[in-house]
Amino acid sequence: MKKAIISVIGKDKVGIIYGVTKILSENNVNVLDISQTIMQDLFTMMMIVDIENAKGDMGFLSDTLSKEGEALGVDIRIQLESIFESMHRI
Amino acid sequence: MINKKETLETIHMIDNEHLDIRTITMGISLLDCADENAEKSCEKIYDKISKRAENLVATGEHIEKELGIPIINKRISVTPISLVAAASNAKSYLCYAKALDKAAKNVGVNFIGGFSALVHKGFTKADRILIDSIPEALSQTDIVCSSVNVGSTKAGINMDAVKLMGETIKKTAELTKSTDGFGCAKLVVFCNAVEDNPFMAGAFHGVGESECVINVGVSGPGVVKHALEKVKGADFGVVAETVKKTAFKVTRMGQLVAMEASKRLGVPFGIVDLSLAPTPAVGDSVAYILEEMGLEKCGTHGTTAALALLNDAVKKGGVFASSYVGGLSGAFIPVSEDAGMIEAAKCGALSLDKLEAMTCVCSVGLDMIVVPGDTSSSTISAIIADEAAIGMINSKTTAVRLIPAPGKKVGDVVEFGGLLGTGPVMAVNSASSDEFVARGGRIPAPIHSLRN
Repeated sequence: MKKAIISVIGKDKVGIIYGVTKILSENNVNVLDISQTIMQDLFTMMMIVDIENAKGDMGFLSDTLSKEGEALGVDIRIQLESIFESMHRI
Repeated sequence: MINKKETLETIHMIDNEHLDIRTITMGISLLDCADENAEKSCEKIYDKISKRAENLVATGEHIEKELGIPIINKRISVTPISLVAAASNAKSYLCYAKALDKAAKNVGVNFIGGFSALVHKGFTKADRILIDSIPEALSQTDIVCSSVNVGSTKAGINMDAVKLMGETIKKTAELTKSTDGFGCAKLVVFCNAVEDNPFMAGAFHGVGESECVINVGVSGPGVVKHALEKVKGADFGVVAETVKKTAFKVTRMGQLVAMEASKRLGVPFGIVDLSLAPTPAVGDSVAYILEEMGLEKCGTHGTTAALALLNDAVKKGGVFASSYVGGLSGAFIPVSEDAGMIEAAKCGALSLDKLEAMTCVCSVGLDMIVVPGDTSSSTISAIIADEAAIGMINSKTTAVRLIPAPGKKVGDVVEFGGLLGTGPVMAVNSASSDEFVARGGRIPAPIHSLRN
């Protein structure tokens, strides 16, 4: 398993989760965990996904998701879990 | 499992506080490129760099994409050229600088360091040729950086070299007059130079290093400043603790990137340099951190103490976060590259003398300081001597990167652009140091060098 974290931050609207999961499904990315809240008036969603068997590489996924983000008016990024692990865990 | 708050903290640091990896620097040994025929040697250098570093930039960009952290620079450091070129019959080493420039451009890095000589005790014939070639090399190449080590705690200070470097800086400024002496921004004079520094312009690949190595320099003044905003008015114990924790997080990121780069390039990991390196971007300034501690302007009374605390806390936090810490590791105070320093120098709060005091407790030295174009070479040499003395006595690295901008006077401002920023011309002492510098010879090593 190769875990990555997708974060979506922006103004809430209809279809954000759909927009993101559609891309994940098309690229064979499995969702392991998902949580969302409204923080300081901002829609904040965090997904933990498995990209082990993903069709495209991280660069492709990252570009596709951020393009979708532009269409939805939110910031979407995908980052390997290791960056958060290394920064916040000893 | 990582929680949402931590994820958002990391993202916020990257998006709003300029957290980045400042540089991945590949150190390459060129010792095996020596040849009696200089032309042949240059060919070997070009080929070796082109081959070793062919994937450096692409790999850096991949890691950047996957981890979502900007990696600002990909760079190369090489064996001091005076050692490589010594075997050759060349009368000038300009051709070596050109070979480095061409190879570096070929692999797409933005700087290559190592047009260097180590002369802290004396000169070889090659050292002299190299130093003589510096002005031309820096004016006729674009991304080659040069450094000369003129002193060390073990050897003392080579005052002949100090004199020569004052003249070399002046000549370099003259030859790059059309860009306000920009060539000098690529030239560093060191005392106690380190062999694994990934930061430019002073990076070179020391002779004690392996064939090829990956060193990473982190950054993050903006992150530290932001963390301190949350502890306004708290005592210095809290300030130090806050800086330590932040430095830890920043360095862990550097360690991760270093390990990834090393694995993917198949090159051993050397060190993480946990320096706070500012950029001219607002919010990425070391001066602002000092001001956040309660100083109205960087350079006022209290600045040295604030910097001492900062430099020490950065090391303490960072050292636990990385398996190998090296390079310069601390806080940089380059004037033209730091928005807060630029402001402080412009309004007169920050003087050259105060900067010299600050270099006693920061990680390097007098960095990216523009002085009037009519500053004499002996005054520049004397500034170098003062700085080298601080390094020699305190067993630390010190450096001088001064730009005597031709035709500029105190109050003028010089624009270098990009990461090198904007330099307000700062006043130097007008009393002469001519006779002092003319003495030459060697200042003996201090008593505490005799540790054996």
